[in-house]
Amino acid sequence: MRASILATILVMSPLACAQTAGQTFPPDIEEAARDLGKSLRCVVCQNQSIEDSGAPLAADMRRMVRERLAAGESRQQIMDYMTDRYGNFVLLTPPFQTDTLLLWLGPLLFAAIAAWGWLAYLRPASAVSHDPQPLSKSEIASLQERMKQEEAPR
Amino acid sequence: MINEIGLVALVLAMMSALVQAVVPLWGASRNRPALMRVGSSAAIAQLTLISLAFACLMSAFATSDFSVRIVAENSHTLKPLFYKLTATWGQHEGSMLLWVLVLALFGAAVAAFGKKLPATLRARVLGIQGLLGTAFLAFIIFTSNPFARLNPAPSEGMGFNPLLQDPGLAAHPPTLYLGYVGLSIAYSFSVAALIEGRVDAAWARWVRPWVLTAWCFLTLGITMGSLWAYYELGWGGWWFWDPVENASFMPWLIATALLHSALVVERRHSLVNWTLLLSILTFTLSLIGTFLVRSGVLTSVHAFAVDPARGIFILAMILGASGGALTVYALRARTLQQPPKFAPVSREGAILANNLLLLVATAVVFLGTFYPLIIDALTSDKISVGPSYFDTAFAPIMLGVIIVMAFGPMLRWRSDAARPALRSLLPLLVSASAFGLVTGLVGQSLWGGVGMGFGAFLLGSLIRWCVVRTKLGQVNLSQSLFLARTFPRSTWGFMAAHLGFAVAVFGITAMSAWETESVAAIKLGETATLGDRTYTLLSVKIENGPNYEAQRLTFAVSRSGSPEGSIETERRYYPERDTTTTEAGIRPGLLENLYVAAGEESANGAFVVRLNHHPLAMWIWAGGLLMASGGFVSLSDRRFRVGAPHRVGATSIARA
Amino acid sequence: MEVGKQEKTTNTHATGLPRWLMLAPVTLLAVIAAFFAFGLTQDPHSLPSTMIDRPMPDFSLEALENGDAPLANSDLLGRVSMVNIFGSWCPSCLVEHSQLIEIGQSGLVALHGVDWRDPPGAGAAWLAQYGNPYAKTGMDRDSTLAIDLGVTGAPETFVIDRGGRIRYKQIGPITQQVWSETLLPIIRKLQSEPT
Repeated sequence: MRASILATILVMSPLACAQTAGQTFPPDIEEAARDLGKSLRCVVCQNQSIEDSGAPLAADMRRMVRERLAAGESRQQIMDYMTDRYGNFVLLTPPFQTDTLLLWLGPLLFAAIAAWGWLAYLRPASAVSHDPQPLSKSEIASLQERMKQEEAPR
Repeated sequence: MINEIGLVALVLAMMSALVQAVVPLWGASRNRPALMRVGSSAAIAQLTLISLAFACLMSAFATSDFSVRIVAENSHTLKPLFYKLTATWGQHEGSMLLWVLVLALFGAAVAAFGKKLPATLRARVLGIQGLLGTAFLAFIIFTSNPFARLNPAPSEGMGFNPLLQDPGLAAHPPTLYLGYVGLSIAYSFSVAALIEGRVDAAWARWVRPWVLTAWCFLTLGITMGSLWAYYELGWGGWWFWDPVENASFMPWLIATALLHSALVVERRHSLVNWTLLLSILTFTLSLIGTFLVRSGVLTSVHAFAVDPARGIFILAMILGASGGALTVYALRARTLQQPPKFAPVSREGAILANNLLLLVATAVVFLGTFYPLIIDALTSDKISVGPSYFDTAFAPIMLGVIIVMAFGPMLRWRSDAARPALRSLLPLLVSASAFGLVTGLVGQSLWGGVGMGFGAFLLGSLIRWCVVRTKLGQVNLSQSLFLARTFPRSTWGFMAAHLGFAVAVFGITAMSAWETESVAAIKLGETATLGDRTYTLLSVKIENGPNYEAQRLTFAVSRSGSPEGSIETERRYYPERDTTTTEAGIRPGLLENLYVAAGEESANGAFVVRLNHHPLAMWIWAGGLLMASGGFVSLSDRRFRVGAPHRVGATSIARA
Repeated sequence: MEVGKQEKTTNTHATGLPRWLMLAPVTLLAVIAAFFAFGLTQDPHSLPSTMIDRPMPDFSLEALENGDAPLANSDLLGRVSMVNIFGSWCPSCLVEHSQLIEIGQSGLVALHGVDWRDPPGAGAAWLAQYGNPYAKTGMDRDSTLAIDLGVTGAPETFVIDRGGRIRYKQIGPITQQVWSETLLPIIRKLQSEPT
């Protein structure tokens, strides 16, 4: 019973076996690969980096990144290759280009609007011109009432 | 039979909600007390009926009635009873039912506790809650019927996503909904106030506890969600700026702002217009969050099964509820407008600054979350916005918030002088900067130093505030303690909440700047290292659970030669779902977490293992819990006792 | 409400904020809702291919264990062909398999298969069990070709013209409807193109 369960687990993850296949890379390549991998999106699960994703394709991409780094390719070259095949979507940090201008400048824009709002709100109202409206009859009456009260002996 | 009772109850509830919507609103506009009173009875009826429907659904799960479609799709006879019950809200239909249950609960609470509210206000609030209830119940009945049957009924269910079989996660939706949906009260009160054309201190006294309650639960829900992701998902992260996470975070940010501006309305009769807008905004964000999670518009690690038809309905509800409220706001808010009653440097000024910063932060998160959609619409280009954007854009704003949090509580109401305030905090500023500098240099991280410095500044400002208020050092100790004992609970709440935030800042900084990781492929008996710790694989055992088969790896940990016990991690295989998950081994500690996750076993018997060191990780969630606790403590303050006192001859300060 | 009228000034507010600011929130909501409505018409999971109109990358695959001739990109010149990415582990591939057998038998187009991420023998066994519609097959054990093509999952199928350029990518299984309404017209069009 136990042997068959273990076998099931192993067979069910044949993809996993194909993955590392005993390949190890020197620590500096590993580190660079992990750093690069964290900024590449897993295209299967679509909200994790290839470093964090459990998908088999992500494992293959991780391996490919390491192989390319070991072969001497630069980080930028590998990222260019991935965006060439998968589009900008594969980059977790969107590049700074015309259609992402609003994304990158947005926060500054919002801050500027907030600052303007703060100043505009707190600017003294005397900046705004008032033409005093004539008082209504009821207002005159209540004012007279108040004046009488104030003049009354305490 | 029970199933059909549930459906009938839902339909009756919708009719009840409709009555609750139409009659009181009509009664309020015509000033007919009898009609207005209908609101309260209808609200209680609505709650009773929805509770009945919910109980029916829960019993279907409890008895594994697979003739009910969602039970068949999401449950399994082998599942433990606890998880069968919590599966009730583990899918779209059941969670929507939970949504309306909480909505009805809050409406009924207004009906039950709001007897002292002015009749027209109460009627209008209940009316608006009724409108919301009607819309959502219609949504459920017509597009998301939880009681839909399957014919023929399967003999076994399709199991449950194994990731969701967890106590923390079971409690996560109810807690979050108490937050999200609780904010509907603020919304209803604001729209009612706009219709009435008046906002007075009683209004604010009434709204604040509800906002605070919702905020507390939302804080708890988000904290728990993050903690769950950390220990369950196996990748050692605690926040990924995933769209669904952002969906709960954005309402929280605005709710925090609302909490503070409502305080200004109550104490100073100022920022009225702004508070009304924030109330509408925060509930709008709740609705948008619901839309996001259920419409399939964005991809996410944990969105529900998606259906664009449902998305259209929810979008229509957003347009109706928020569009309607914001239109009323555009038309009516001007009559409630007041000139500012405070100087820029003042307690109100600080709160306004804090509000604006939180609003900017929300806008940034919103932009990042929806940018892929915007770009797709405008250029058909597909891009993605990952965590590094959010971290970069969001963090500086929080630094601004910390500065305001440090100065704000010290400033006087209405008007204060900037220079004395700065002078008094100068020593603290210097020492916090020094602390930041030292930690940054020692830890070799610029942002680490910045974060620690700001955290220290906030913490120091809190301590200083306490010292000043208790006159510590100026009078003898027993007198200081006496002063401390006279602090009202809301003061303790404020201190706990702000302290919680400082603690979380430390935790987040440490995790972001100083987390370390190493990945290795090791066989039985071999050793992997991380920093000055070694992990030796002692054993690999087969352990089976109720619906999974697992391999458990046990590691012996030692640090610089001295043994530190063991840590275990599991790889679990769930047969019905044909998925494998990793249960990470976590050793939590006050100052650091050890985190071990096992990956696949390769052909030669070596396991891919990831080791992580997480400094101050627990401080993140401890901070969240502390913030929520502070909120609850504040709520228990006698001044917040629900039911505003009826002031005879109260003047409305913002007159129509 | 009369008092309010009296307090209204002749022009703007009591504060320095402009009047139109009150309309900003509802306007913003309308704009956002428009984007949401657009979003409902899209599928966020689908990634359009960047490889359209580009030549098939160079590749030469290992043969499967069933004696099929191994696939290389040189095999894709001279006639319109389809390259189907499949795997024995992929349930959707089974869904489209009968359709693929029909396509293979019809001889309308050269149909080749890439056995993606299968351990040795698994793909061959699967084809033996369910039928082999392919003219040539090859193994892509480690996703080298898949990544080169921008593949995100199985099944995916590429339609390639006579000159070896990728002209269309089908994501997901090829159903009868997909074949007759989408792929067949494209193939016909490519076949009528001058060499």
